[in-house]
Amino acid sequence: MQFLTSSAPFIAPQNSVQKMMLWVLIALMPGIITMVWQFGYGVLANIIICVSTALITEAIMLRLRGRALGPALSDLSAVVTAVLLALALPTLAPWWIPFIGTFIAIVIAKHLYGGLGYNPFNPAMVAFAILMVSFPKSMTVWALPHSLLPTGISFSDIVAIVLDQQPKQTLIDAITAATPLDEMKTQLGLNQTVEEIRASSIFASLSGRGWQWVSIAFLLGGLILLFKRIISWQIPVGLLAGLFTISFAFYLLEPSVTPSPLFHLLSGGAMLGAFFIATDPVTAATTPKGRFIYGVLIGLLTYIIRTWGGYPEGIAFAVILINMAVPLIDYYTPPRTYGHK
Amino acid sequence: MKLWSFHGGLPSLAEHKNESVNLPIEVAPIPKTLTYPLGQHIGNAAKPLVQVGDKVLRGQKIAAAQGVVSAPIHAASSGTVSKIADHLIPHPSGFSAPSITIETDGLDAETDYTPHADFQQLTAPQLVDIVREAGIVGLGGAAFPTAIKLNTQSKAVDIDTLILNGAECEPYISCDDRLLKERASRIIEGIEILLHMLGAKRAILAVEDNSPDTFSSIQEAINSNNNQAINATQIPTIYPTGGEKQLIQTLTGKEVPSGKIPADIGIVSINVGTVYAIQQAVIEGKPLTSRIITVTGEGVNKPHNLEVRIGTYISALIDVCHGYTKQAERLVMGGPMMGFALSSDSIPVVKATNCILVASQHEVITEKQAMPCIRCGLCASACPVSLSPQQLYWFSRSDQLDKAAQLNLSDCIECGCCDVVCPSHIPLAQHFRYAKSALKVQNHEKQLSNIARERFEAREERLARDKAERAERSRKKKAALKNKPAKEEIDAAVSRSKTKKNSIHNED
Repeated sequence: MQFLTSSAPFIAPQNSVQKMMLWVLIALMPGIITMVWQFGYGVLANIIICVSTALITEAIMLRLRGRALGPALSDLSAVVTAVLLALALPTLAPWWIPFIGTFIAIVIAKHLYGGLGYNPFNPAMVAFAILMVSFPKSMTVWALPHSLLPTGISFSDIVAIVLDQQPKQTLIDAITAATPLDEMKTQLGLNQTVEEIRASSIFASLSGRGWQWVSIAFLLGGLILLFKRIISWQIPVGLLAGLFTISFAFYLLEPSVTPSPLFHLLSGGAMLGAFFIATDPVTAATTPKGRFIYGVLIGLLTYIIRTWGGYPEGIAFAVILINMAVPLIDYYTPPRTYGHK
Repeated sequence: MKLWSFHGGLPSLAEHKNESVNLPIEVAPIPKTLTYPLGQHIGNAAKPLVQVGDKVLRGQKIAAAQGVVSAPIHAASSGTVSKIADHLIPHPSGFSAPSITIETDGLDAETDYTPHADFQQLTAPQLVDIVREAGIVGLGGAAFPTAIKLNTQSKAVDIDTLILNGAECEPYISCDDRLLKERASRIIEGIEILLHMLGAKRAILAVEDNSPDTFSSIQEAINSNNNQAINATQIPTIYPTGGEKQLIQTLTGKEVPSGKIPADIGIVSINVGTVYAIQQAVIEGKPLTSRIITVTGEGVNKPHNLEVRIGTYISALIDVCHGYTKQAERLVMGGPMMGFALSSDSIPVVKATNCILVASQHEVITEKQAMPCIRCGLCASACPVSLSPQQLYWFSRSDQLDKAAQLNLSDCIECGCCDVVCPSHIPLAQHFRYAKSALKVQNHEKQLSNIARERFEAREERLARDKAERAERSRKKKAALKNKPAKEEIDAAVSRSKTKKNSIHNED
């Protein structure tokens, strides 16, 4: 009898890109739910706009590049990029912010570099950084947490803001505020002490009001990824350890004008960045040692940017800058092969 | 016993042992035809000792080893040599190679054997000779001539530990397990022979912890034998723990240095099937003519563990297993991780064949849609020798073999772990097999070109030397010419001749 042949191993793969991306999306759920709970439905508007833009631009780019649509669209990588960007954006943003951001992420940061697997920079963070530099005003409009808005934000207000129907400035002023990191930086610049600054209502016991729960929810989601072995521990542990160590060192030196390490870990995008963004496999270091170094460097750079840089939050810039160092890090940290010294 | 662990591996690989592990070994009937590829071991092909038309007996040597790294071949039943010609061999590329074919006569008449029940009286070199003449090669799948492995006299390091590899880590295969279960006492006797040959202090027989029955039958055999030097141990079932390097690491915590062999660190590791063959060769004087083969998979009606005459066609084994099922999709020799697919069942089994897996469509992956590498590094964490498969893939795909070699490509054991964990379904093992052989060719060519270059340079040097010597000689000659007729002498001669002329004139 005759048979067709193929090459070993003959066992079906245990894993797929789609499965990994699906787990990332599942692990984001606690964070997304907490964000909606704390900051309202604007988050969902961001996600919807980002995901639909991502799928459309991904399909167009694949078509232009003469690639098959099916496998690339169903791998969910574009969806993950879109959701990560959506979660990094202000929770109340006009539609063109997520739209332009996603366009940059998919078209420029991903496909112009060769598509999935070939992009040296984290697409979501490239988009975030370009938006931050280009539209600083729109990028700092963050909704207040629900506990500071007794009446909440009405659905029609969200629609008005998302559709960019020039809502009254008084409305925006009433429901938005600077982020805790932004406020901390501004007030420290005005020679306030941390204790005085944190008396403001936008702060809570751990970090920012609302923000602290979102951070903890992303931490939980991150633990799911670790448990499911979708990500390895080196990057998140390295990043959080780097951020903790440097903030603790300066906290010991000048506790009155330095926010606590806990504040740093539970503010802004630290948790989202540590577990979901810096761990993007395509743009991260690949060796175990290299991944730890990569994480630590992002953690240190995040603190440096937050403390002495021009922007209140440094995760995006830190990730992009350390992405550039990845080939070097990988080159100097190869694993020791069996039987070699 | 203290155990160590090795890096990576696949702890959750489906074992598929239940299909065959409880089936006792049955002796396959004498087939009508036996075919022996002359090159069924690592090294030089054997040289035929018979001619077409010759009558042969079971156990008769029909081909002799050529050179040191080679092994003789023996007929597995009596009959007539019908053909010595190219025949399809079990090879991933479907090659044909010179083979001896015997039509059996069904009498199974045996040649005379020389048993050595008192092996203690024999010296190590005598025992090595017996193993060599019995045609024994590594039956775990590598088919390396065992006599070379056992000839450790010339080694600088004394052999301290003998490892018996009963860790059958590939899914589906149960031939070693059955052998250990049913013939444990003979294997223990084989271990005693090996201890005597090698002068090793201890022997460790390792089996995976997924087969407690086997372990207890081994323990029983050891207890009744009462040799303190022999120990059995169970090791965690993690593919590829039966790989020689991984097993050594698990049992001793030592690594075999790259490019060296276990004997360099005082270890010899032998598959249990091979130990059984050694026991048969020494105690009963029987050469290697049969082995245990697992025939399994959803593609056969009744899986079997068979004692098969080497040279039997796969199709004959399938008949023993009541034929193919409708689902038969791939014919694999060896296990699903490291075996290779055959295009036809009109191929004989060889000494290295431990399993015939006829897999159904849902047991094997028939087509893989490879996606771009996302650098997730799962391959690196699964690699039992700690390579960086994603980088090796990059370099082997773009034929940058030098860079791949720098990343220790040649240390790849082709276990396929990276392949199975890859979320992008990239056929990594295939890429590495290709790159490794391309690298070998490249190194070979480099060697040849080095030799050619050295010869060229030597020639150039010789020519330059000759030229220099010639120049030196002519320079010396010239100098001699210049120096000899000194000016005064010439002048003197001229004046002499002048005066002579003058005097002649004057005489006129």
